[in-house]
Amino acid sequence: MTAALDITGLVVSYDGFRALDGVSLTVQPGESFGLVGESGSGKSTVLRAIAGLAPVESGSIAVEGIPIGKRRDKAFYRRVQMVFQDPYGSLHPRQTVDRLLAEPLAIHGFSDAESRILRALDEVGLGSGFRFRYSHQLSGGQRQRVAIARALILEPSILLLDEPTSALDASVQAEVLNLLEKIRRDRKLTYLMVSHDLAVIAHMCGRLMVMRGGQAVESLAAKDLASRRAGDPYTQRLLVASEGFVRNAETAASEA
Amino acid sequence: MTLLRIEDLSIRFPTRTGDIEAVRDISFSVGRERLAIVGESGSGKSQTGRAILGLTPAFAQVTAKRLEFDGIDLLKATPRLRRDLRGKRIAMILQDPKYSLNPVMRIGRQIVEALRAHENVGTREARERTLDMLAAVQIRDPARVFDLYPHEVSGGMGQRAMIAMMLIAGPELLIADEPTSALDVTVQLDILAILDRLVAERGMGLIFISHDLRLVSSFCDRVIVMYAGRVVEEIAASELSRAKHPYTQGLLNCMPSIDADRHPLPTLERRPEWLL
Repeated sequence: MTAALDITGLVVSYDGFRALDGVSLTVQPGESFGLVGESGSGKSTVLRAIAGLAPVESGSIAVEGIPIGKRRDKAFYRRVQMVFQDPYGSLHPRQTVDRLLAEPLAIHGFSDAESRILRALDEVGLGSGFRFRYSHQLSGGQRQRVAIARALILEPSILLLDEPTSALDASVQAEVLNLLEKIRRDRKLTYLMVSHDLAVIAHMCGRLMVMRGGQAVESLAAKDLASRRAGDPYTQRLLVASEGFVRNAETAASEA
Repeated sequence: MTLLRIEDLSIRFPTRTGDIEAVRDISFSVGRERLAIVGESGSGKSQTGRAILGLTPAFAQVTAKRLEFDGIDLLKATPRLRRDLRGKRIAMILQDPKYSLNPVMRIGRQIVEALRAHENVGTREARERTLDMLAAVQIRDPARVFDLYPHEVSGGMGQRAMIAMMLIAGPELLIADEPTSALDVTVQLDILAILDRLVAERGMGLIFISHDLRLVSSFCDRVIVMYAGRVVEEIAASELSRAKHPYTQGLLNCMPSIDADRHPLPTLERRPEWLL
């Protein structure tokens, strides 16, 4: 079986600063794979490099067995789509939801835009009543649903999710996570998901990779997290952090 | 000892399409303790914090039977008196250091400015106290950070500087509005540990505003849960697992956890009768 995503020795640098330093990972079709780490660990850079938004210095990326070159063709974007972290920043403020969703369809030459837009809105649980609204008329959760609809409208097979719920309230986060899970089940999608919240990744993904300073710390299964079988001390620290605040966490903080 | 006493506080925003009631008749009091206010976006938790400080926009109407800080009636206080209280005796930490620090002023100078606005101190003493304060929030090299601009430091470091700035005048009541929501999980704990220690050492009262019920339950003594501008439940943090209101239970349940395998996650139901 060809892997949905196969990355080997990926290096990304900005003006000499190595944001990614030889990262390799393989994601099987239909799998949900998580990337965890603190700010600056390079986890988002992996997604951006795949989408062609970061300067790749060396290493290879293959999507469904096809190596990706410097320039990505339209067919690539049919297969791979991305949902960004901040729904306040990723939607055009002066376009209606209808216009936002129609644009990818026009670029890729779909003829049945009308029915696809209605179906996409329906799928993310918004309904046609939201079709002619502007993004400032929507709440954070609704905006993220629009961003998900925009990613899904081209019927990709791989979805890159960059902290899709970290800008949302805890209660709205649950709704968006449920939606993402349902879509993956229904459409048999492959997810590559980034988050700094271990609990979110453990909930959404089967396998995950912990990153720090542009390098992979370790790869493990979500089950290992539940049984606290983390090999690396850094992963263990993340696990402790996810338990919440403990009075006299003082010692933990000064060690850090 | 009660620092802050609030009875029937309401905040109304008049708009063309009618009044929006952001906060409706809430009452609570705070002593030298850690009180959490929890709710979703739009529940009125931040507006409550802002009203205490007098930062509500001028066109909004703030009414209350009682809004007292240490015996001072805040609603009748002159702007001058409120200005003196703000920063000196009541301080506020905002969510994102990226937006709440002045981007074109070195961190040290901003803290010195905050100190000298409230106390008559000389340049050298102000600098020394600022460096001490930066060390107190566990910045390893205070002299270096003193001369940096906000964009040159990380989010966690920025939030430490923000805490230093708010605490340098020695306030009695600190309002922290989602102080860690913009930060990484590991940095969050460091910031909370610093806040926890300083609040305990200095015997301050703390109002901790957050949407993360789990986080506050491990951090605060008492929790007020707000929904649509009202207090739906007030409960001791240790009793939270026995919360009665279905909204509070919903807020606790909707978080994914590493141990529990729950698919799909329970979502919050919002019943119209809670709005009444």
